[in-house]
Amino acid sequence: MKVDCLIVGAGPAGSVMAKEMASYGYDVLVVEKKQEIGCPKRCAEGVTKHGLDKLEMKIHPLCIFGRIKGAILYSPSGKKVLMEGEEMEGYVLERKIFEKWLAAEAIKEGARYMVKAQAIDMERKNGNWLLKVKTIEGIKEIEAKLVVGADGVESKVGRWAGLNTTNKITDYHSGIQFEMAGLNIENKYIHIFFGREVAPLGYAWIFPKAFSFNVGLGILVKQAKMRAYDYLKKFIEEHEEIFRNAQPIEINAGGVPVAHFTEMVTDGVMLVGDAAQLVNPIHGGGIYRAIHSSLMAAEVANKALKENDLSKERLKEYEKKWEEEYGEKTKKLMKLRAFLEKLEDKDFELLAEILQGEDIYALTQAKLNFFIKKLIKKPSLLVLAKKYLM
Amino acid sequence: MVKINYDACLYCGGCVGVCPVDAITLHEIRIEINEKCVDCGTCVEFCPVGALEG
Repeated sequence: MKVDCLIVGAGPAGSVMAKEMASYGYDVLVVEKKQEIGCPKRCAEGVTKHGLDKLEMKIHPLCIFGRIKGAILYSPSGKKVLMEGEEMEGYVLERKIFEKWLAAEAIKEGARYMVKAQAIDMERKNGNWLLKVKTIEGIKEIEAKLVVGADGVESKVGRWAGLNTTNKITDYHSGIQFEMAGLNIENKYIHIFFGREVAPLGYAWIFPKAFSFNVGLGILVKQAKMRAYDYLKKFIEEHEEIFRNAQPIEINAGGVPVAHFTEMVTDGVMLVGDAAQLVNPIHGGGIYRAIHSSLMAAEVANKALKENDLSKERLKEYEKKWEEEYGEKTKKLMKLRAFLEKLEDKDFELLAEILQGEDIYALTQAKLNFFIKKLIKKPSLLVLAKKYLM
Repeated sequence: MVKINYDACLYCGGCVGVCPVDAITLHEIRIEINEKCVDCGTCVEFCPVGALEG
């Protein structure tokens, strides 16, 4: 079989890429190794309305399992900071439905899909890529002009093509999550908990859904005394008021790349989403960046295919565009991450005293100057801030 | 070589993404570690549920 564009992985990045490429008129095939698209998830399932608007994405209402006014942040001692306002409004998705809907949208444009079809190897052939794909009907060989690695944190496409997509353990959250029913907590806000004993160098979350909650946490293992799973169990035990009658209906885990190192293209290959480590380094959200990366990649792929030039140099335009859009912001957020990693619980208490919800939103948007000014009131933090943020 | 506790593994594939020698593959719901494994312990350290032992 021969196609113009073979996409490995049918998560949000893969299916958005498929839709775009199919709408340009290319012959597109998506191979998904799992038997069911969207399951199991590795995700807290949150997106902001503002983000979806920027992507010009009108999602199907059935994908939305929770409507959110904002976030409540909890300091280690339990002090709350409320974040709300138009930019904080968002949805908690049902990933199982969202990803199937995205696939259906791509199929509407003409993309083809194979499920329980795992790419197991690829090699160069006549200037194209030849992929071996393991399917129910045996191993199939598929030749493609362009291969898109949308195969998540465990991306093989990048590695087969010679790109170093390996994550560093110091920049890779160890994540665990329960979907739970029976919680006693208000359901118009997402709840975020900080603390060295809660989730070292990460946070715990409770995201409300229609009749359940997505409850999880991510940690960096370098500061951890136990497994992410143990931290989550402890978190649940220590919040008896919330979890007294709660029971799990699902358990998932995952790795979250919170730094971006890898090259994103090589001859005939583009990486999108988690495969290219495109996650917000502060909050670990990946859906928005995954979709945005595919929109950008598809635009460049379309031009490159038209020009019949799929060389690394040609495809680099995608990487350059990404850098222009996100490079500076990601650098600042990485500095902020380095700063936050140095904070003790007592420092988080100080931050909870001086920061309002809108300040924290500004921080997540990589606005750091105002933050340094605010820290003038807290000299102990100012020293750290000067070291890491300036 | 690293041992896998399949009773605990949630087949999230997180270990695959952090393996420096590309010795791990996730086959849908089954992790496989091949002979390239150098016992560096990175995956063991990462695993959210402690399903890997080395």
